[in-house]
Amino acid sequence: MKMLVADAIVECLRLEGISTVFGYPGGAVLPLYESLRNSSIKHVLVRQEQSAAHMASGYGRVNNTVGVCLATSGPGATNLITGIATAYMDSIPIVAITGQVNSGKIGTDMFQEADVVGSSEAFTKHNYLVRDGRNIPRIIKEAFHIANTGRKGPVLIDIPKDIQNEYIDFEYPDTVDIRGYKPTIEGHVKQITRIYEKINKAKKPIICVGGGINSSGCKEDLVEFVEKTKIPVVCTLMGVDSYPNDNPYFAGLLGSHGYPFVNRAMNKADLIIVMGARFADRSTAVISDKINDQHVIHIDIDPAEIGKNVKTHTPVVGDAGAVLRQLNLLEYDNDIENWTDSIREARGEYMDENINRSFQESGTNPCKFIRAISDKIGDKAIVTSDVGQNQIWTAHYILAGNDRRYFTSGGLGTMGYSLPAAIGARFSADSVVTVTAIMGEGGFQMLMGELALIREHNLDIKVVIITNERLGMVRELQLNAYGKDSYHGVDVGFNPDFMKLADAYGIEGYLVEEDSQIEDVIEKAYSSNEPCLIQCRVNPDFPTLAHWRWQ
Amino acid sequence: MNKNKHVLSITVENYAGTLSKVAGLFTRRGYNIDTLNVAETMDSNISRITVTVTGDEEILEQITKQLNKLINVIRIEDLTRKRSILRELMFLRISCSKESRSEVLQISNVFKGKTVDIAPRSVTVEITGDEDKNNAFIELMIPYGILEIVRTGLTAIERG
Ligand SMILES: Cc1ncc(C[n+]2csc(CCOP(=O)(O)OP(=O)(O)O)c2C)c(N)n1
Repeated sequence: MKMLVADAIVECLRLEGISTVFGYPGGAVLPLYESLRNSSIKHVLVRQEQSAAHMASGYGRVNNTVGVCLATSGPGATNLITGIATAYMDSIPIVAITGQVNSGKIGTDMFQEADVVGSSEAFTKHNYLVRDGRNIPRIIKEAFHIANTGRKGPVLIDIPKDIQNEYIDFEYPDTVDIRGYKPTIEGHVKQITRIYEKINKAKKPIICVGGGINSSGCKEDLVEFVEKTKIPVVCTLMGVDSYPNDNPYFAGLLGSHGYPFVNRAMNKADLIIVMGARFADRSTAVISDKINDQHVIHIDIDPAEIGKNVKTHTPVVGDAGAVLRQLNLLEYDNDIENWTDSIREARGEYMDENINRSFQESGTNPCKFIRAISDKIGDKAIVTSDVGQNQIWTAHYILAGNDRRYFTSGGLGTMGYSLPAAIGARFSADSVVTVTAIMGEGGFQMLMGELALIREHNLDIKVVIITNERLGMVRELQLNAYGKDSYHGVDVGFNPDFMKLADAYGIEGYLVEEDSQIEDVIEKAYSSNEPCLIQCRVNPDFPTLAHWRWQ
Repeated sequence: MNKNKHVLSITVENYAGTLSKVAGLFTRRGYNIDTLNVAETMDSNISRITVTVTGDEEILEQITKQLNKLINVIRIEDLTRKRSILRELMFLRISCSKESRSEVLQISNVFKGKTVDIAPRSVTVEITGDEDKNNAFIELMIPYGILEIVRTGLTAIERG
């Protein structure tokens, strides 16, 4: 059947099960937008292309599917790149489609020409510049496959305008065959036996999980594995919702922004089982590398991650879920009750102490505030956090896991992620799922234009801005590095009136200025299905790494 | 050859941009390419990129793993570890007078060099060999005055 390439692109998206795309139009995607107009696919007009990629990320993360974002050539595409890089660092599958100048004119510095394939090379799992319209069905099929298999990640397809206007014989392939791309799924049997033996021998084992548990969709297998082995679980920032945070075996976040008792436990452990985590610098920074009698097992779908950051004794290449199911076929015989109990006690003490501590000065206690939100969001919830102090408070005090998801930009640390990611998530989440976007005033103002989408599409999202008139995290880093009063360039000299802003965008605004107001506001906010904006004013001196100063 | 030097033979799908993806990966991850060459194989859809890099085992392992992640990379072989034949072709233009010309050409003959150009004040020879042979020849030519060297970089094939 003869088909216009632009129509073919839309048809491919439809066949991939895409019902919503996030984008921003321009000259180089006119044919594509004309085809979208005539299709059943919903186009969500973002206010900045970067958000389109974040929305695609949030959209896909909800159900482990692929989100799609569109942009025009040149500035549209370059704006998209920060969002694509964000997805890349967190292994989030998205497909980005960009328009390009006419194929014959590529390389002549035409109006709105940018080498997007070249400039996104470092931030995509794979990318394509389409040179022949007949390749469109194969390329789109491959793009979705590559994005959402193996170690997931973004794929970009750059399509010149003249090619969008070509006619092709359309046939969508059923299968993909890429000679150089065959990810390993099952773990090697010999390694499985080795893990089994190590677990039975270990006296102080620990499991460390990352975002790979979510992308593999194996949370239940993990719960079963922990039930069987009774090994305590710690997580990276990407793994906060990989394991139920209220489960007695859960210890908490590790690393430079993790809990001190978790890091101490990591140092004491004789067996560390890393699963679906890169085990990157932020996670391992505080772990002593002088421990020689520690055995590290690293299970990851990406062989390049194993042994890259820490010495690994038992490498296992495979999908976390597949490996867990192999491991769950075995019965374990270990005796680690004392060890598990000691970690459980440490967690209990630490959490109680921090939540109940009243901060000496004015302003709200953000830990208490976030925990109050956590108590209200229900069993099915999505919480996004931005980057900075708000991210760490949220990671610590939202009890995530099971159907309570936590999305953040872990690897690139992209300020502005929270709001668009929550909007994207709202488009694919079931209506019973609550969606809460938490951020600082810095991150909020990076992409705050997206607030308009909330009323435009009537999205029930609770937008939570934790304000401290500062770029809080940087200030904290400066104070820790250079001493009291040594901060610079972090004062947010002027903030808009957030309540008026909420009003201007047509949503309810609530202000929390001290602990006593928390409960009332949260109650009101979550008792309706209406969106709202909550500003929570905290004291600028309230730290994230509280234990450093309070102990 | 330096024991940290490796010759990697990378087979790739022959799409526009593949070379840039391979070369870009080296730059991005901070690995230095010593030499690089690329050409089609028997199958015109597949090209071979031969790269020489210097690095210890750990670096080499990362390079190999990262290259393997590129979608268009089909296979990577470290030919330094195998029984393989390594060759490089080079052109040398050597300054010489009528008197010293025959000396230069004699040495070149010992190295199985081909004389490809003779001018009043210089000769140009073509030498093929492994790195050691080629470097030895260059050493010997230095006293005469080397005007230009053009080298292809190593290419390699595994023994049958
Ligand atoms: C795009 C971007 N620019 C700069 C940074 C560096 N940075 C990390 S945290 C932070 C402060 C964020 O301030 P705010 O959004 O108010 O959140 P808070 O830390 O106060 O919770 C900055 C500037 C970043 N992560 N991302």
